[in-house]
Amino acid sequence: MRLLDRKRRPHTREVRTGESPLKGASSFEKSQPRPPRLAFLLLPLVSVVRMSPLIAPLRTAVALGAMRLVNGASRRLGQGAGTVAGGRVALLLQPRLVSHLLKGRSVVLVTGTNGKTTTTALTVAAMGQPVASNVTGSNMLAGVVAALAADRSHTAVLEVDESYLSLTLADSHLAESVTVMLLNLSRDQLDRVTEVRSIAALWSRALHDARPVTVVANVSDPLVAYAVAGLDRVVKVRVPTTWNSDALSCPLCTQALSFGDGDWSCHCGFTSPDANVRLGRDISWNGSNFPLSLSLPGAFNAANATMAFATAVVVHAHDPAEVIAAMNAVTSVAGRFEIREWRGRRWRLMLAKNPAGIEALCREVGPSRLLVIDMNDGIADGRDPSWLYDAPFENLSTRTVICMGSRRLDLATRLQYAGFEVLVTKNPVDFTRDGEVTDVIANYTAFADWMNRSQPC
Amino acid sequence: MLTVAVVYPDVLSTYGDSGNALVLRARAQVRGIASTVIECRFGESLPHADIYLIGGGEDGPQRAACDYLRRDGSLGRRIDDGAHVLAVCAGFQILGASFEVGAGEIYQGLDLLPIVTTRGTQRSVGDLVVRVGSELLVGFENHGGVSTMSGGDALGEVVSGFGNDGRVDGASAPGVTATYAHGPVLALNPWLADEILARAVGYQLEPYASVADDLHLERCRALGALS
Repeated sequence: MRLLDRKRRPHTREVRTGESPLKGASSFEKSQPRPPRLAFLLLPLVSVVRMSPLIAPLRTAVALGAMRLVNGASRRLGQGAGTVAGGRVALLLQPRLVSHLLKGRSVVLVTGTNGKTTTTALTVAAMGQPVASNVTGSNMLAGVVAALAADRSHTAVLEVDESYLSLTLADSHLAESVTVMLLNLSRDQLDRVTEVRSIAALWSRALHDARPVTVVANVSDPLVAYAVAGLDRVVKVRVPTTWNSDALSCPLCTQALSFGDGDWSCHCGFTSPDANVRLGRDISWNGSNFPLSLSLPGAFNAANATMAFATAVVVHAHDPAEVIAAMNAVTSVAGRFEIREWRGRRWRLMLAKNPAGIEALCREVGPSRLLVIDMNDGIADGRDPSWLYDAPFENLSTRTVICMGSRRLDLATRLQYAGFEVLVTKNPVDFTRDGEVTDVIANYTAFADWMNRSQPC
Repeated sequence: MLTVAVVYPDVLSTYGDSGNALVLRARAQVRGIASTVIECRFGESLPHADIYLIGGGEDGPQRAACDYLRRDGSLGRRIDDGAHVLAVCAGFQILGASFEVGAGEIYQGLDLLPIVTTRGTQRSVGDLVVRVGSELLVGFENHGGVSTMSGGDALGEVVSGFGNDGRVDGASAPGVTATYAHGPVLALNPWLADEILARAVGYQLEPYASVADDLHLERCRALGALS
């Protein structure tokens, strides 16, 4: 008997650790993403179209028409942003839709555990030309379909979920050219994607099977290096790394790896390969240095920009100075690091959904009076929050944390054991002050909740 | 001084299991019990400790960890000398007579528990609730094993989830507590953390109220295990 789908009961009370239950006004309830029921209404149409001997282009046209219909209705009914439901219906009508939409285009696929959305946005900027992209972060096939149907630009830069890379690659066989950017692999949504090593093996197989593609690979990550071993057309990128706890044992022989700054090696001989593009203080390539001054904060975004640089400059031959200038001008991507207003207070929103992401943000968040961390367990977040114990919250300089989200008690327990003062509440406004900007670290659906409830300042 | 050893956290801690050490240390500290946590890395020899924590891991690391523990050879002796082992998921399977990895490859375990683990037809992924005496144990399981006991006691009866075989979960033997529940299991079940601590120090601990109690209650309610 499985309990996965059983509805959680609403919490009956809130607690402040060591004190009496908090009586904070419960002003909002977390909204779980709902399944697109609308799509089911179109099932009769789906079966008619699939069984009929329509020729492929006509079927594609019908599929795209149906998608626009569903997406429009979905937006009007307030069921969502209106990209996923329609995409799903269109894919049911025409399973080969993605390959038709990619035909003749110059395609860049961005995948990895962390940094996909930001790297996609930086790459779009770096290409300096009209680009079709699913930069809002809807990275399943349905989101890809919606993005491609809406924009017929020759170049497409697509964020792809790490477990969908092989499918999307198979769909790219009619494209003019394909570049695959492999950012990193770490544990994320353990209940769904189970084992990072098996993803690395899937990538490797998919890239070997695909017709010639160019890969831009962050080889500072041993699992990425493993995935591109033996491939011909690889631009290797080296970036400083601080997170390697997900790849401590060798992908080839499972012995322990030893790490330097962006380099690693194993007794079995598997060692980080020489890189073509490196990030130190500047980006180095081809004997020259290119200083970055990104508007986006954090060492992780400098690493993302280096990957985008390698794609735009090394693979697509764009001018390095123009590429750097375009990336420097990117200020905020899909709300990440944006300061927004909610209930008369200002909040800086940050997204982290796994240990590697938390590690990066712990270095980004400065010392402050308090911090909000908001953790949900929706389908898109993963139902197993045990990764909270692999995330180095101990590195935070803030000692008081407001715990929010459907797994706020898991979070509060984790942080209390680490010695933090924890405040468990749905209403963080009670603890913030006028004029203060409070940092918020939220996982996927919690971040979406914050975007919905807040406005730009 | 209470010594807690985390066994090979570099290869056996896929699901936050190393957090069990944090829980033990914190709960010992509030009782005025000095403790130290030793992380025994893969390939190092096992230190002397009062409590050994063995977590979950992927197939390759699980086999490698089992090889190293067998070569080390000291875990069984430590249990005989009075140490306590908490083994979770892959760590639990390692303690048995054998376990199956990949496609039908049978691997010798450490033979400290009368348990044989085979591959089930599907992975068990989801919340797990187990009745252990008068207590409820909650956690999250994520494994493909079916564990069959040829003697000895399970840790408890499955209320919901799969555990060893859909009926019982884990094992309880002198010096060993084993379960399929991650979470980490001691974070979600403060009563179990205190039980293991009390056994190690040899006396009953004073109650300690913390947010973990609310978490345990909330999980039991959310999973329909409490009326």
